[in-house]
Amino acid sequence: MQITINGKPEEVQAGTVMDVLKQKDIDPHMVAVELNTQIVERDRLATTNVQDGDKVEFLFYMGGGA
Amino acid sequence: MSFTEEQITRYSRHILLPEVGGKGQKKIAQAKVFVVGAGGLGSPVALYLAAAGIGTIGLIDSDVVDRSNLQRQVLHHTPDVGRSKVQSAKEKIFLLNPDVNVETYEDRFTAANAMNYIAPYDVVIDGVDTFPAKFLINDACYFAGKPLVHGGILRFEGRVFSIVPGQSACYRCIFRQPPPPGLVPSCQEAGIIGVVAGIIGTIQATEALKLILGIGDTLTDRILDFDARKTAFREIRIKRNPRCPLCGDHPDITELFEHEQEVCQLHAPEALGIS
Ligand SMILES: [Zn+2]
Repeated sequence: MQITINGKPEEVQAGTVMDVLKQKDIDPHMVAVELNTQIVERDRLATTNVQDGDKVEFLFYMGGGA
Repeated sequence: MSFTEEQITRYSRHILLPEVGGKGQKKIAQAKVFVVGAGGLGSPVALYLAAAGIGTIGLIDSDVVDRSNLQRQVLHHTPDVGRSKVQSAKEKIFLLNPDVNVETYEDRFTAANAMNYIAPYDVVIDGVDTFPAKFLINDACYFAGKPLVHGGILRFEGRVFSIVPGQSACYRCIFRQPPPPGLVPSCQEAGIIGVVAGIIGTIQATEALKLILGIGDTLTDRILDFDARKTAFREIRIKRNPRCPLCGDHPDITELFEHEQEVCQLHAPEALGIS
């Protein structure tokens, strides 16, 4: 199925948000995940399904400033 | 208050703007902005806010200027190496605009002193470079009801957004807690292209001015990410998270605390491969 990840259309296998993270080789501790503008809490990543056409945002931590 | 002739000349390009005018410039002159960290982000923020004629700029930083700071921390010049950052900053601000009252605090921003420090100020700027400090600033501004302009930089990237407590999404709405120690490097460990601090810091200063003037659309409920390699901005729409541990419907965080500071895994010379 096709979803939009960080603004870009991508082909992924159907599954949960966690499955998509695994396919993209992203450690779930490294990102905040937004699915169709709703934050998906870490404890729900493995139980929240991604549907065809969904918009997913992976927001990586950015902690610098000095 | 009224402006002197010199001040009218100094701020004339602001006063010409219908959205600012003499009335807006007075708001700027009466505003108090608290900048946490006089480093990469704090430098452009403080310099541009000073030039704009902000009434009071509060600066807190416990560090001294290191030679490795000069590549991006434009408040500090070569002769300042070894000097207190807030003292160095105060001098530069005075030279740029003696109208500005600069309050300096050579101190760490902690859970014990945060509320006292931010209480007199109208807007708070995040210019710190650790996750515990970023979460502490977010929480303190929420409890104090102070608008906060968040900023973060790493390598070639930067992030900025504004938070109006109780109205727009906070840092914890998106990032519940700091990442596990050692997983996400800091600038000190991973490097930062100096100019990104300038780009993000000047956007933070812009947000502060808009919050003070009450004009335009602030960066609330949207995160702006910048990638210098692509020269591309990306906007991510966000909203308040009902499950936010701080500003959600059933908060678990009811008082200020500090997350444990991650221990630096890398030491500069080894990381640079020059030891
Ligand atoms: Zn929140």
